[in-house]
Amino acid sequence: MNTRAAKTILVREVRVHLRDRASVISSVARSILWLVVFGGGFGAARFSGLQVNYQEFLFPGVIAMSLLFTSIRSGTSVIWDREFGFMKEILVSPASRFSIMAGKVAGGAAIAVMEGTIILFIGPIFGAKLTLFKVAASIALMFFISISLVSIGLIVATVMKTFEGFQTIMTFLIMPMFFMSGALFPINTLPQWMTPIVAVNPLTYGVDALRIVLLGIGQHSIITDLAVLAAAAVATVALGSQAFRNRE
Amino acid sequence: MHAIETVELTRRFSNVTAVDKLSVTVEVGEVFGLLGPNGAGKSTTLNMLCTILKPTSGSASVNGFDVDRDPGDVRKSIGIVFQDPSIDGRLTGRENLEMHAELYEVEPKTGGERIEELLKLVELDSRADEPARNYSGGMKRRLEIARGLIHHPKVLFLDEPTIGLDPQTRAKIWEYVKRLSHEEDITIVLTTHYMEEAQMLCDRVGIVDYGRIVALGSPTELIREIGEDIITLGLQDSSRASEFESLDFVKKVRPGEKTTLLIDDGNTSLPKIFDFASRKGIVITSAEVHNPTLNDVFLHYVGRELREEHADSKDGMKAFMRRMRR
Repeated sequence: MNTRAAKTILVREVRVHLRDRASVISSVARSILWLVVFGGGFGAARFSGLQVNYQEFLFPGVIAMSLLFTSIRSGTSVIWDREFGFMKEILVSPASRFSIMAGKVAGGAAIAVMEGTIILFIGPIFGAKLTLFKVAASIALMFFISISLVSIGLIVATVMKTFEGFQTIMTFLIMPMFFMSGALFPINTLPQWMTPIVAVNPLTYGVDALRIVLLGIGQHSIITDLAVLAAAAVATVALGSQAFRNRE
Repeated sequence: MHAIETVELTRRFSNVTAVDKLSVTVEVGEVFGLLGPNGAGKSTTLNMLCTILKPTSGSASVNGFDVDRDPGDVRKSIGIVFQDPSIDGRLTGRENLEMHAELYEVEPKTGGERIEELLKLVELDSRADEPARNYSGGMKRRLEIARGLIHHPKVLFLDEPTIGLDPQTRAKIWEYVKRLSHEEDITIVLTTHYMEEAQMLCDRVGIVDYGRIVALGSPTELIREIGEDIITLGLQDSSRASEFESLDFVKKVRPGEKTTLLIDDGNTSLPKIFDFASRKGIVITSAEVHNPTLNDVFLHYVGRELREEHADSKDGMKAFMRRMRR
């Protein structure tokens, strides 16, 4: 593991992302849109057994959505690097494949956490009640959730060779992961066919853990959530570095 | 120790043999050129020497390190400027260099000084803090050359260093390369298909075709080998060109729109050629004697036929995106 190499890749990911103002603004705006329109539109809807109002319930889900979109997109930045030749510069350096992968994952996760934190701080406008503990625990949790999501993006990027495929990931990966994670509705009243998909979706446990921290309500225990998230992180990082080693 | 030594280096891609039992040595401190038409195997050879691509068979060592067994040591001791741009345009010129220094674990203090020194060398010091996407093609190339030198490599690889650049920029790049080979303790290996570039820069060239070295030597040696002079004839009936082969002082006949004859002494041979032609009834419409250049050497060994590069749609897309980014 070359820590300097990993660190410089992390710094570069974050730096380049922050320079792309339009994408930062649009991703924050997307989350606000969900909170305002979806939260407002469904505000009157009643789900059985829900102890909080819908807008409060939705808030952790929208944070998770922001992490999901941003993380997967930073994972697929590998495709950009490859298309524009910069990947060659990194790959031909003495840095090990694992260091490169680690830098990419940490960088992508850092970006996702920054955006998640922005959403977190505008939460009070939508009725979220924050405490110092809630903020600190949420940020730590966000980083933890993002690791597996960025790795999933990296795996997709190594398998998929061009940009054109990005629309395909949106349709077949990001959207289903978002919709079937409990981000938008409680998962205890779902049709039977959806239950196994929700159960294997790592984002389900991320959403649940965020809801426990922010609202004190959840389907699973926080221990279960953290254990599943840890397992997902280990598995996706391992798979990702394997894919990266083989394909690049 | 040689800077580079390859022994029967071979690389096959499914059904194509891109590099075919290539054996060559490059001495420390020389500027060596791999010359060849598109698709001759130059870049594949370079990629194997840079350890990006594994050889199918044969072996190669760079700075005494085997590319297959010690790729890490090879990587630390070489610098590379790829044929295609490989800069992050969203970072500034300086940031691109700093990132390279980190990737190669250059000691931060000396790295900083080295970056300043190299920015001056390639005359980018005044624009170092602009995003590299604002640079012209030539500036990007210069930045890439500077970047390849940060970690004091012993061998610098330049893959088609001036492809797509305008003549002034090309001359500038040549100047830097020459200065480098004088001032730095470095061996330079470049690929090119521009003859004047090879003639201008290289101590020795290897002409590559179909993955093999077909000629090797200094540009002057190679030129001398093919003959002292070249006579170019316009013939009314170009199909009769081969008849000139019967003359014993003609070393080689190359038919084409214009017929080319390789000859030891052009000035005294020209009258004999006219004589021969009138006896045979071959009508000569034009004649020109000139000294051969590396270009003639190249055509002598590689032939005249045009080879189309096959670009699939993805390459087309890439080229398009690259242009967008420039």
